[in-house]
Amino acid sequence: MKLLVCVSKTPDTTAKISFSENNTQFNEAGVQFIMNPYDEWYALVRALELKEAQGGTVTLINVGPATNDVTIRKGLAIGADDAVRIDCDPKSSLYVAQQIANYAKDNAYDVIFCGKETIDYNGSEVGGMVAELLDMPFISYASDMQLDGNNATIQRDIEGGKEVVEVATPFVISAAKGLAEQRIASMKGIMMSRKKPINVVAPLEVADLSTVVHYDMPPAKAECKMIDPENMEELVRLLHEEAKII
Amino acid sequence: MSVLVFAESQNGQFKKAAFEAVTYANKTAQVLGTDCIAICIGDAADAGQLGKYGASKVLQVNDASLNDFDSQIYTSIIAQAAQANNASVVVMMHSSCGKSLVGRLSARLNAGSAPGVNQLPTNDGSFKVKKNVFSGKAIAEIEISSDIKVVSVMGNSLQPEATGSDVAVEAFSADVPARRVSVKEVNKVQGSVPLPEAELVVSAGRGMKGPENWGIIEELAELLGAATACSRPVADTHWRPHHEHVGQTGVAIRPNLYFAIGISGAIQHLAGVNSSKVIVVINKDPEAPFFKAADYGVCADLFDVVPKLTEAFKKFKNA
Repeated sequence: MKLLVCVSKTPDTTAKISFSENNTQFNEAGVQFIMNPYDEWYALVRALELKEAQGGTVTLINVGPATNDVTIRKGLAIGADDAVRIDCDPKSSLYVAQQIANYAKDNAYDVIFCGKETIDYNGSEVGGMVAELLDMPFISYASDMQLDGNNATIQRDIEGGKEVVEVATPFVISAAKGLAEQRIASMKGIMMSRKKPINVVAPLEVADLSTVVHYDMPPAKAECKMIDPENMEELVRLLHEEAKII
Repeated sequence: MSVLVFAESQNGQFKKAAFEAVTYANKTAQVLGTDCIAICIGDAADAGQLGKYGASKVLQVNDASLNDFDSQIYTSIIAQAAQANNASVVVMMHSSCGKSLVGRLSARLNAGSAPGVNQLPTNDGSFKVKKNVFSGKAIAEIEISSDIKVVSVMGNSLQPEATGSDVAVEAFSADVPARRVSVKEVNKVQGSVPLPEAELVVSAGRGMKGPENWGIIEELAELLGAATACSRPVADTHWRPHHEHVGQTGVAIRPNLYFAIGISGAIQHLAGVNSSKVIVVINKDPEAPFFKAADYGVCADLFDVVPKLTEAFKKFKNA
């Protein structure tokens, strides 16, 4: 079983978000970077579980510069066999997906995993794009996945509930909470990861069709209005008359 | 030129999401000086009602075998409709269905895209839209330069506006690829309001002390017709189901009114809810960071306050 896991580098969940270059660039100064949690905790770990149960290989793929190798090594320490890094500055989602699909098309992966979204761009697009470019089914927001031979039964999160679908390999799946339990790299894993290869591949030349041109911080909230706990009628009145919400 | 909007339906019914999508697409068409055309897939009755929300024409692939969602089939049909109608923008909701389509369609049409936008595009010679990024901690303005553009719209970004009238429904014949994903079952929590679509949300955290105390939350939510939600520690300890978890690693929501009850307001939680129009915080700790993000605050024991609040809403409803 050949498994490919798409991994992205994101700022830590507690990182302070600020911008530079006249609010056109994310300010990386002092920011701790991590592997996108959905990629690491759920997508990668489910891939490793399948490999442990049925044999095969787990390959990581990342689109980014050499500074991403630290993040990629972490995935190798958790248990991936090897990694591929498409050596470029990741731009739009479509640009990234075209790089991944271009690499994957000649390698006959059975399942391509990604996280349900990155916690920086919150796009949830790359999985679907890779699937379309490779003409594969795409199952998004998977919170459970069982594989029996080539047939998978996948539970996905939908509005107000769950949906269970069946699909045969090869396919692309995006991982939501519940697909697996987060793993911590062991000391042995960290030692072994140093010997595992990261294959650096030149990017495909493709045009960028969408660009972030400006960032803003959310508008500041006005001061919180404190309400007397004995007077909930006043809160209801304010929600009705002032906020006009009810 | 046209703006094509995918109007999603479920079990033969259009949901509010479809009306929101058509309203957004119609307003986008007005910005660009063109028409809004809706496409629906499956055998939903009464598709002509989409005209009320601004569709000048409704296309339907009226085939019950297409009622079950599959991103590959839906992408193929929507792309064919986009090409047949020379669409310059393709719109859908950023729903579980739309999120599976926005990337696929962008790749299929070789179109620049913006997922989860919350404002109408600009019309100053370039096509720019805004979306939340960094899980709600910032806003990005995205410029799309391709001739055709794909956008998905965050739920509750605008209210559906029914100002027009019903229009005729045209059958749309598309080449439908073979189905490779089959839907085996759909399990929806009965009777409750799905969280991502909810306009009112009552959310509670560790201050509840245990799952057995949730009755007062459910009572308030039921009275208001609100969805219930929770913080991450509550979902992690299985006091409440995972799909109720809102925050950076849970669901991001933007309801009109968000009650945060017994939730301290960690940065990861705030990220998922700070787009709410009005936030009410009930917490006995005056130092709880959530008060800084709140519009209205009540600093007291939630076990005293919540029943009083429910009573006050009952009086208001009966007045």
